[in-house]
Amino acid sequence: MEYTILILLLPLLSFVFTGLLGKRLKPSVAGWIGTIVTAAVAFLSYWTAISYFGAGRDASGVFPTQVAWNAVWLPFTENLHIDIGFLLDPISVMMLIVISTVSLMVHIYSFGYMKGEKGFQRYYAFLSLFTMSMLGLVVATNIFQMYIFWELVGVSSYLLIGFYYTKKEAIAASKKAFIVTRFADLGFLIGILIYGYYTGSFSFEPGSEALGMAKTMLPLALGLMFIGGAGKSAMFPLHIWLPDAMEGPTPVSALIHAATMVVAGVYLVARMFPLFIGYAPDVLHITAYVGAFTALYAAIVACVQSDIKRVLAFSTISQIGFMIVALGVCTSADPHEGGLGYMASMFHLFTHAMFKALLFLGAGCIIHAVHSNEMSAMGGLRKYMPVTHITFLIACLAIAGIWPLSGFFSKDEILAACFDFSPWMGALMTFIAGLTAFYMFRLYYSIFWGKENKELHAEHRPHEAPASMTVPLIFLAAVTLVAGWIPFGEFVSSDGQAYHIHIDWTVAGISLCVAFIGIALATWMYLREDRKVADGLASRFSGLYKAAYHRFYIDEIYQFVTHKIIFACISTPIAWFDRHVVDGFMNLLGKGTVSASGAIRGMQSGNIQKYTVWFLGGALGLIVVLLLF
Amino acid sequence: MDFSQIFTYMYAEIALIAVIVTVFLYDLISGKRGRRFFHPVMCVLMTAFIAATIVPYHDGTGETFGGMFVYTPVFNILKGILAVGTLIVFLQADSWLRRDDTEFKRGEFYVLTLSTLLGMYFMISAGHFLMFFLGMELASVPMACLVAFDKYKNNSAEAGAKYILSALFASGLMLFGISFFYGTCGTLYFNDMTAHIDGSPLQIMAMVFFFSGLGFKISLVPFHLWTADTYQGAPTSVTSYLSVISKGAAAFALMVILMKVFAPMVHDWQLMLWIVIVLSITVANLFALRQKDLKRFLAFSSISQAGYIMLAVISGSAIGMTSLIFYILVYMAANLAAFGVIGTVEQNSGGKVGMDDYNGFYRTNPKLAVVMMLALFSLAGIPPFAGFFSKFFIFAAAFEQGFHILVFIALINTVISLYYYLLVVKAMFINRNDSPIAAFRSDCSTRIGLLVCLAGVLVLGIVSSVYDCINMFSFGM
Repeated sequence: MEYTILILLLPLLSFVFTGLLGKRLKPSVAGWIGTIVTAAVAFLSYWTAISYFGAGRDASGVFPTQVAWNAVWLPFTENLHIDIGFLLDPISVMMLIVISTVSLMVHIYSFGYMKGEKGFQRYYAFLSLFTMSMLGLVVATNIFQMYIFWELVGVSSYLLIGFYYTKKEAIAASKKAFIVTRFADLGFLIGILIYGYYTGSFSFEPGSEALGMAKTMLPLALGLMFIGGAGKSAMFPLHIWLPDAMEGPTPVSALIHAATMVVAGVYLVARMFPLFIGYAPDVLHITAYVGAFTALYAAIVACVQSDIKRVLAFSTISQIGFMIVALGVCTSADPHEGGLGYMASMFHLFTHAMFKALLFLGAGCIIHAVHSNEMSAMGGLRKYMPVTHITFLIACLAIAGIWPLSGFFSKDEILAACFDFSPWMGALMTFIAGLTAFYMFRLYYSIFWGKENKELHAEHRPHEAPASMTVPLIFLAAVTLVAGWIPFGEFVSSDGQAYHIHIDWTVAGISLCVAFIGIALATWMYLREDRKVADGLASRFSGLYKAAYHRFYIDEIYQFVTHKIIFACISTPIAWFDRHVVDGFMNLLGKGTVSASGAIRGMQSGNIQKYTVWFLGGALGLIVVLLLF
Repeated sequence: MDFSQIFTYMYAEIALIAVIVTVFLYDLISGKRGRRFFHPVMCVLMTAFIAATIVPYHDGTGETFGGMFVYTPVFNILKGILAVGTLIVFLQADSWLRRDDTEFKRGEFYVLTLSTLLGMYFMISAGHFLMFFLGMELASVPMACLVAFDKYKNNSAEAGAKYILSALFASGLMLFGISFFYGTCGTLYFNDMTAHIDGSPLQIMAMVFFFSGLGFKISLVPFHLWTADTYQGAPTSVTSYLSVISKGAAAFALMVILMKVFAPMVHDWQLMLWIVIVLSITVANLFALRQKDLKRFLAFSSISQAGYIMLAVISGSAIGMTSLIFYILVYMAANLAAFGVIGTVEQNSGGKVGMDDYNGFYRTNPKLAVVMMLALFSLAGIPPFAGFFSKFFIFAAAFEQGFHILVFIALINTVISLYYYLLVVKAMFINRNDSPIAAFRSDCSTRIGLLVCLAGVLVLGIVSSVYDCINMFSFGM
């Protein structure tokens, strides 16, 4: 399967080519290069998936892990080396499909959305860079390769969030995203180093002997790695960058900040799952609590946001929380005995990527139509944008978990796994699922029903998006409709054996009821033009409403801690010391160097006789030194 | 005597001699018209020569001429690298050689350069001190002609005179040292000498004198004083040849002899190198800080680089030898790129080589400025360029042998060197200039040379297989 190298190479070449030529390329040419390359990558990914799963299971009943190619890049010792390679196993193949599909859709969509933007070529170059990095991350054969590509996706995310670099908010958001995730990645790096030091290898499977020796340090290493994953996947309290990252172009939000990069943390935990289960189950359960709290927090905040992209951002955070919870509640590697969550998490990752990308792309169409992110500019848009309306509704139903859409199946598995773990966890997650249904339909009604902003719409009549934008919507909606019926457990499960998904109708019944209650509540509150109930609630609980609207002041707490405590009390004195003492010393050194250089200039007189004297003198001096010592 | 042995082990030298004779004859018969094709013919010949000899044909070590000449695979790798460097110099020298005042002696340039290369080949492969001395002379005397190639220019003539006088002095001293060895050992075969080396005062003297001769070629402090004047005065192509090929060959030969012959005196020569390294790096850096002429500036830079090269020699280990060859390779790419840019600018701007002339260079010639910048970054050892990795490997080799303080001093000096390398970058990119060097298009041959160097600067460090390949052969020592 050497051809898989093309999956990484093509987007890289496309990035280098369009990046180097830049403005000398016609915008549409740059767009076509990026799109064709991504289409080729998607084709290769599907081909890889077909041949991988088509090859069948081995004697022990699992899909064998294959290394399509691998190159040792930097050897330290015989076992400890950094490789660059291409790993094929069920979850990496699944991720290949997700990434290449969403990326292709976003490439096509961007033709319409970014039309006429300054820097169109740059945009496509960065998209290619991101696609390459994300694919490299998921197919990493070792933890260090994963880290390298992990940082590369961070960089491409930074570049794309700050795409509108003349806009102050975009710059601030890109810096915030980069610094927060980079800060978390420090944990990841330290985790990797501890892991490498104690197991003597960067491999995902260093062998039971090496793991046995590193037993005591593994929980620490895995915990630190999870911090890195929590940063990328926007887990509380490192989530603060994701809502701001919505300053980037909307297709970028769909690709990076909804479907692919933000689930890297989930993927990391899934990748290290055997180690978590075997050596650090407590750390795994901690991640479950972090995920559950994040899911709850983000769902509450999402209920009161007025910027549609922020609602979706918090919804993403909440849904990633679901995936982390599903992994965290696993108690063994056997899907029948408490390991169901692994499959559920991956399944949800898959379905969520599709419908969340759909939601973001739909939001992009709406923003494109009304030139605003605020709900107040919308309302009643169903008349103007039928395709967007229907596809958006499908996605909302899917994320709310309504049968027979894809979200229902994956969420049901997650809830079943949570109930297996503890009834409290199951109840909590079911409640959050209800909240999800509520805030999604609040969003839906506010956009497409409710009170229309007639003034604005008269001035600038909303219109349906061009075909390049609606075709991806229709495609993703179709996937959302049918993806639930994929026998996902046949491909991915915690022990690799085929797992037959069966729906637990008690859990499913409860979750369906809760979802309907959420939808009904949203319908009651937001369908009509006057929102008496909603406004009444908001004014009655104004304290809570305001707190939630301001995301419970988490950003302000960060501001306070960084500016008032770290900057003022620690950084300022250090800066003074640096300015006066360190710089002073360095200036002294610099002056000393320059004057020393002046003092010895006489040596280079240009006089050949003097040169020979130095020559002979030097040789004799050396002899004397050698004889003395 | 079995002559088949000669062809088995000396094939690189014999091929080189064949090339020299071909060039010589071509120069004689071609006439004015044929000389127009001299450059392509030369490039083809050199490429064929490199292709035929760069791969070692035998795994083990071999000797011929009764032990006078030694063959090992790693020697062959280094010879191949030197030949590649020579080809790059030829590529970059073309625009200079095409001028009216040099066109007619183009053939001389090739023959002289290749003769010095042949001398270096023998120097590297020598198994006997006389062989070594002959090789070194063969590498030095034609070099003086090359330095004085533009003989009607005062600078060049002066440089040639200074070079030949210094070289004579160094050779004399070296021969003096070798005679002491003959006196104390009774033989000059490397293999037989080791048994008689005991570190007596006379032998210490002999070793220092011998070393000073090589120190002259590598231009180590305090044997370096000719360097700046010669580099500045010599034609730029000759300077680049002198700064890379000649230096690399001598450093490698020194390491081989120190490891092979002077193994019993290891503490003596390590102390000697310790002092010389500290002096070379520091003094050269201090001088480099105040240079205004780019060629002179690079002269001091190359002295300090020579100090770094010695860091690999001082370790005296197999890893040291690998890192030495790798360092020479990387240094060659970066330095030839820098000299290539300076040379082509000099040709196209009417001889501008001052640092101030380069102010605003990026605005008029962005591509060349970027090449120059990358070369300087590599020389300074900034990651991810090749120079970083090569420095890293030599530091690692020296550190491993316990030279902690030395590595620390070298690291501090790296910081100083960063300052003056960036000074040039600043001049090109930031400083403003009312009359910058006009935009020009360098000729095809120079561009190929620069591209090869650039590829080396960008790729050598990242592609680890290069280092591994060298490493594989150097264990054959």
